[in-house]
Amino acid sequence: MLRLEPFAFAKPQTTDEALALLARHGAKAKLIAGGTDLLPNLKHGLYEPEVVIALSDLAELRGVAVNGAGELEIGAMTTLEEVERAALVRARAPGLAQAAAAVAGPTQRTMGTLGGNVCLDTRCVWINQSHFWRQSLGFCLKKDGTVCHVVKGGKSCVAAASNDTATLLVALRARLTIRSAAATREVAIADFYKADGAMNLRLAPDELLTRITVPAPAPQGTWSGYAKLRPRASIDFPRLSVGVAWTTQQDGTFADATVVVSAIAATPRVIAGIGELLRGRRPDDLAALLAAGEKARSVVTPLTNIDGDPQWRRAMVPVFVKRSFLAGARGGA
Amino acid sequence: MTAETRILRLHVNGSDVDVAAPSHWTLLEVVRYRLGLTGTKQGCDKGDCGACTLLVDGRARLSCITLAGDAVGHRVTTIEGLVTKDGLDLLQRTFDEAGALQCGFCQPGMIVAARACLDAKPEATRAEVKEALASNLCRCTGYTKIFEAVEQAVRAGRAAHTNGPASLVGDSAALAGGRR
Ligand SMILES: Cc1cc2nc3c(=O)[nH]c(=O)nc-3n(C[C@H](O)[C@H](O)[C@H](O)COP(=O)(O)OP(=O)(O)OC[C@H]3O[C@@H](n4cnc5c(N)ncnc54)[C@H](O)[C@@H]3O)c2cc1C
Ligand code: SF4
Ligand code: FES
Ligand code: FES
Repeated sequence: MLRLEPFAFAKPQTTDEALALLARHGAKAKLIAGGTDLLPNLKHGLYEPEVVIALSDLAELRGVAVNGAGELEIGAMTTLEEVERAALVRARAPGLAQAAAAVAGPTQRTMGTLGGNVCLDTRCVWINQSHFWRQSLGFCLKKDGTVCHVVKGGKSCVAAASNDTATLLVALRARLTIRSAAATREVAIADFYKADGAMNLRLAPDELLTRITVPAPAPQGTWSGYAKLRPRASIDFPRLSVGVAWTTQQDGTFADATVVVSAIAATPRVIAGIGELLRGRRPDDLAALLAAGEKARSVVTPLTNIDGDPQWRRAMVPVFVKRSFLAGARGGA
Repeated sequence: MTAETRILRLHVNGSDVDVAAPSHWTLLEVVRYRLGLTGTKQGCDKGDCGACTLLVDGRARLSCITLAGDAVGHRVTTIEGLVTKDGLDLLQRTFDEAGALQCGFCQPGMIVAARACLDAKPEATRAEVKEALASNLCRCTGYTKIFEAVEQAVRAGRAAHTNGPASLVGDSAALAGGRR
């Protein structure tokens, strides 16, 4: 039995009301969307909010649409199941539908939202444990302690970004709309994350993510695909998360390509030089895909922050880069 | 922070109920420890196992990671609520009939998740059933009999649909008579 510590609960009826509550309570508040990450973390004592603000009644933050510029706009409160099934997402960003479908299990996806996934807290085997467990071992840098159990002598937390959709959204160069009572800003998703596992979001305590915008597909189509390494085909967080996006030339060869690898460190990592490497090669050229995977493997260093032998996870990088491209090819453009 | 207790108006198994509960309580805690509906199980208590699955507006939901306050204004159905004046839900009977349990701890969650699956897809295939139950862990059965129980309900539902209500009675009588 895992008890929650007491907090007050508020369920605003409009976004403005939610923003006013955030402005008033700031760092003493926590937002709850589907609750599938917040509640386990609260039960483990990772946050100590005085008030929990529920976003569940904000219908205005829910839904998928295409704007005048041909961009896909997804409300932060759209559930992962809705993202996975939405015809607009499947047609314009098939890899995003694949990534949403790869999160947790079906019940978690009817509850969990895309906004909550983008804002998912980082994970580590030493932190996603009960308060009792963490206290017995000795607290760590991410909460209440001064040491890191992963990197001996480490001065900053290296807990892993573990959100499946973020990997793909970075590959697609998505943008986030973030509101506070005072202002609205838009940020490229890659700039939303910072390399600090203790808090990897550039999100002020009074801010709310309202929308995720995916750029319009290129004229010849933008392809995207997702693959994740996990022990079971359901429920498990990624032990390796790979998202790819690419465009093609008239002859069907790669024009440009992006590979993003996550579940390694606090931010999804864009692998440099993939566009140059793949340009002119065919998307079904397995040797080319594995070469892109080798390039990714050579720059990532899995740690003991999450389960799964780090050397094995590293060895699997090229395989999952290849699978990501193949999943993207199956999804069409 | 001291606990703040409020009266929540919930809609559970077809009736409105007013419950006094602290605002940090989960829906699972309210259902089990205020309403006494202990069919919904407390397993991992952190979203991993599906033992606490119930229906909110007809969709499967993990009640251990749902705040009770978030259920206000929605229809909650627990395993007890699947029983109507006509008796047990078809799935409750087919799970019994197929012997789809050993310790039984996962059953309420499994049956409720299967109910949500069949309400959305009365003709669910084996693959669809497997996918729909993929948030529910069973440590005993190996799942095969669970999937068979759901398939049995799909067949019985189909028979009832093609032959009209009379055959549902016949079908369920056959189901009930099979093993006893
Ligand atoms: C058993 C289990 C397995 C899981 N497996 C996976 C997995 O494989 N992959 C994966 O990616 N996730 C997984 N998850 C985590 C979770 O289900 C998903 O990440 C889900 O998308 C989180 O969304 P939510 O709406 O439930 O978020 P919540 O839990 O409600 O919120 C998550 C965080 O984001 C913040 N937040 C939510 N919405 C906003 C917003 N609009 N603006 C600002 N901040 C916000 C919250 O304050 C909180 O800190 C798993 C969870 C469980 C219980
Ligand atoms: S990476 Fe280190 S500091 Fe961060 S959660 Fe894990 S053990 Fe704690
Ligand atoms: S008790 Fe809720 S998922 Fe395990
Ligand atoms: S019958 Fe024991 S857990 Fe399923």
